[in-house]
Amino acid sequence: MSEHIVTKKQYSYVFAILLLLTLTTTWVSYIDLGKLNVVVALVIAVIKSMLVVLFFMHVYWAGKLNKIVVVSGLAWLALLLWLTLTDIVTRGWLPFPGK
Amino acid sequence: MANHSLALRHQFDDVAQQKDASTFGMWLFLTTEVLFFGGMFCCYTVYRSLYPAAFGIASNHLDLVLGGVSTAVLICSSFFMACSVNSAATGKKNAIVGYLALTILFAAAFLVIEMSEWHMLYQEGLMPGFNFTYHELDPRHVQLFFSLYFSMTGLHASHVTIGIGLLAVTAFRAWRGTFTPEYYTPVEIVGLYWHFVDLVWIFLFPLYYLIARHLH
Repeated sequence: MSEHIVTKKQYSYVFAILLLLTLTTTWVSYIDLGKLNVVVALVIAVIKSMLVVLFFMHVYWAGKLNKIVVVSGLAWLALLLWLTLTDIVTRGWLPFPGK
Repeated sequence: MANHSLALRHQFDDVAQQKDASTFGMWLFLTTEVLFFGGMFCCYTVYRSLYPAAFGIASNHLDLVLGGVSTAVLICSSFFMACSVNSAATGKKNAIVGYLALTILFAAAFLVIEMSEWHMLYQEGLMPGFNFTYHELDPRHVQLFFSLYFSMTGLHASHVTIGIGLLAVTAFRAWRGTFTPEYYTPVEIVGLYWHFVDLVWIFLFPLYYLIARHLH
C-alpha cells in the first residue's frame, strides 16, 4: 500500500531542520522569557518530534489505520497528563480547612 | 515473485498487506512505549510544578555541552537509520550495512557521552542512592530531580542498548543478503523503534537540560 520511497535528499532536509531546531532551543533557553521558557522549549520539541514521526517514521505516507494508532497513543498520553494535572493544578483553589 | 521464503508468509494476500500488518503491530507496541515513558514524564511534570525552584537549581548542574552534543549525535544516528531504510528500498545491500554501522556507531557515541555525564554527576555527589552529598538549597527536592533524571535517562539508555543489539542483528541479516526491495520490512521496523528512541530524547533534552538556563 504505502510503497512510498523517501529519498536521501528529503531525509537530509529533515535532518538539517532538526539540528537547526536543536541549536535554536538551546540558544533560546538562555534568554529570560519567564514562564514562556518552558512553553517555547516544549513547542520546539513538539515540532521536532512531528518531523521525526511524519517523515523519518513515514507516518505522512502511512495508511489510515496506522495514523489512527499514532493519534490514539497521543490521545492516551494527553488523557494521562490532563487528568493528573486537574488534581495537581487545582489544589488550593478552594479554601477548604487543612486544604 | 517470492524468491525468498521470508518474502511472503502464507496468511497474507500480498507483500503490501504483510508489510502493513507489521507496521501496524510495531505502532501498537510503540503506543505502549509512549505510555511507558508517559508515566515518567507525568511524574516529572507533577514534581516540577510542585518544586520549580529546586528543579531549576538541580537542572543547572547538568552539563549543557554534553546534553546538546548527545542530542545532535542521536539525531545523526536517526538520520543514518533513515538512509539505511532508503538503501533497503532501493536494493543497495552494502549501503544498508554501511548506514546501519554508522547508526550503531553514533548510538554508541551517545551512550559514551551519557555515561560520562553520569560519571561526572556521581563525582559531584549528585547520584541518589550511590553518592548524594548535596547540602545546599533544598537538598530533598534536588534529590528528587536527580532520581527522576537517572531513572528516565536510564530507561532511555536501556532502550538505546537494546536498539544497538537489534540494529546489529539487522545489519548482519542485511550483510547475508536477506533483504530485497520487495522485502525489507525488518529494516523499516527497526527504524521505527530507533526513531522512537530519538523521539523520547527530543523531550528529555529540553525538560532536563534547558528549563533553567535563563536563571544561571
